[in-house]
Amino acid sequence: MSTQPVRQAPSGAFEYMTTKKDEFVGWARKFSLFPYPFVTACCAMEFMSVSSTLYDTDRFGAALPRFTPRQSDLLMVVGTVTHKQAPILKKVYEQMCEPKWVIAFGVCATSGGFYQNYAALPGIDKIIPVDLYIPGCPPRPEMVIDGIMKLQDRIARDRHPIINEKF
Amino acid sequence: MSEALFEPIREHLAEVTLEAVVAHGALALLVEPAQVLEVVRSLKDSFGFDMFLDVTAVDWPERQPRFDVVWHFYSTQHFVRVRVKARVPLADPTVDTLVPLYGSAGYMERECHDMYGIVFRGNDDLRPILLYEGFEGHPLRKDYPKQKEQPLVPYLDAKP
Repeated sequence: MSTQPVRQAPSGAFEYMTTKKDEFVGWARKFSLFPYPFVTACCAMEFMSVSSTLYDTDRFGAALPRFTPRQSDLLMVVGTVTHKQAPILKKVYEQMCEPKWVIAFGVCATSGGFYQNYAALPGIDKIIPVDLYIPGCPPRPEMVIDGIMKLQDRIARDRHPIINEKF
Repeated sequence: MSEALFEPIREHLAEVTLEAVVAHGALALLVEPAQVLEVVRSLKDSFGFDMFLDVTAVDWPERQPRFDVVWHFYSTQHFVRVRVKARVPLADPTVDTLVPLYGSAGYMERECHDMYGIVFRGNDDLRPILLYEGFEGHPLRKDYPKQKEQPLVPYLDAKP
């Protein structure tokens, strides 16, 4: 966000600053992600690592997992999704309110990984739209953080419908 | 140690076994499909194989009869395993269920039926357990196409 401190108080604190409305709203939105962890397989270990103290996704406003899709806006699909599991994933996705984003976490969610067989869905983008792919088996926490930051950049650039001529 | 335990079994079942060898510390018995129930009953009642470990199958696509059905049993008194094998053809891949002897066999037989299409006569609950309703074929048979998918949710990029 491009901001400009216009005047500083003698204490050194900002008294006011200028920015653009859409950039301000974007900045507020990008630090308010509520992930729904759809965790099915071994990538879960890496997900636990990235969300707990050492790597700490709380720094990106994406810490509090909501265990109902109705309260979340970021679907993190962590691990292999089988054909048998696919209807559940589809239902979870459809229960989420707009606006919503989807991260395919790990190579199995991205493309099926090495499960090229009768059981596994070859990538969740076959059944739901995906915003961000994080490959790796499993991905390093740094990659996940990089992915979340890229998604945040996109959210910050998105134009929220609240910003119209009356706003 | 285990050889000494296996010898009486071999003698006792000599008439109904086609082959009895010790492999990897376990006694492996090859029997006719019709004899499986009788052999397993005597293993359980006379030799203390009180634990049902697994039932699976092996597909030999070039061989007649095509499938081996393989059971493993464990004795919690003697700490040894025994393996029972029976050969069944593609046209009639049927063996008797072991549910009357071991309740835990039910789920394993369902899985084996899923994966190889082995029919367990007398097991009246052979619904899919790992697969889903509507799945066609048996994915661990060698002639199941490796890349064949049977998705439950239509793909987004599917052509109408």
